[in-house]
Amino acid sequence: MKAFREMKMSFDSSSDNEAFARAAVAAFILPLDPTVAELGEIRTAVSEAVTNCVVHAYNGSRGIINMSVKIDADGTVCIKIRDSGCGIDDIDKAMEPLYTTSPDSERAGLGFAVMQSFSDSMKVRSAPGHGTTVTLVRRLSPRVSNV
Amino acid sequence: MSQNGDVLTVFVSGELDHHNARRLREATDAMIQQKHPSKLKLNFSGVTFMDSSGIGFIMGRYRMMELYGGSVRVVAVPAALQKVMELSGLGCLNVIERSSDENESIS
Repeated sequence: MKAFREMKMSFDSSSDNEAFARAAVAAFILPLDPTVAELGEIRTAVSEAVTNCVVHAYNGSRGIINMSVKIDADGTVCIKIRDSGCGIDDIDKAMEPLYTTSPDSERAGLGFAVMQSFSDSMKVRSAPGHGTTVTLVRRLSPRVSNV
Repeated sequence: MSQNGDVLTVFVSGELDHHNARRLREATDAMIQQKHPSKLKLNFSGVTFMDSSGIGFIMGRYRMMELYGGSVRVVAVPAALQKVMELSGLGCLNVIERSSDENESIS
């Protein structure tokens, strides 16, 4: 099925870009007239995925994060966030709530739990040493046109 | 930040993500170490966005206050943040006050 609208962007893994990435996605889907809750949840899920790239995939070093967003004609938003970082050895383990490999005790280990909860489906593909791709799909509630 | 008796209140505002949590953590911990309050109140009325980094921030302060024999209360949580808060399991620690319990806001 041909995407209704599509965008792709790349940015580096500095932590300032966490805010940039979620703002960019929000701006892109705004024409669909999402509810405040939908917009907030999508921004939160994107923030989690990009933070994982910054904190885990590149672990403080500079790397490139690729993000693409596709919106289908029926209002389904598909967000892909891809890094070329260290990859995840055990994806099932990484998805367990409260599990974190970060030596920084401030990480709650809830990134994937939040992404899962705030999307209709989440897919994680990872190759240790090569990188990780997270795909988040969220269907927006149907909007009534005012026109 | 304000201190009333043994209660240190921190007014958190803006977007609470991994990037911003670092600065907030440093400022808050410096105040805790300086004032040694028995109760830390985190007023979230000004928080416009929060991801799991905000949960990490609360859990970190919870552990720190426990170390000093004190406690943490998170108050005035905006409705938009409730779902993330619920996911965290922080409710079990009894640190979050429902927004209706708390009329405080930044004045």
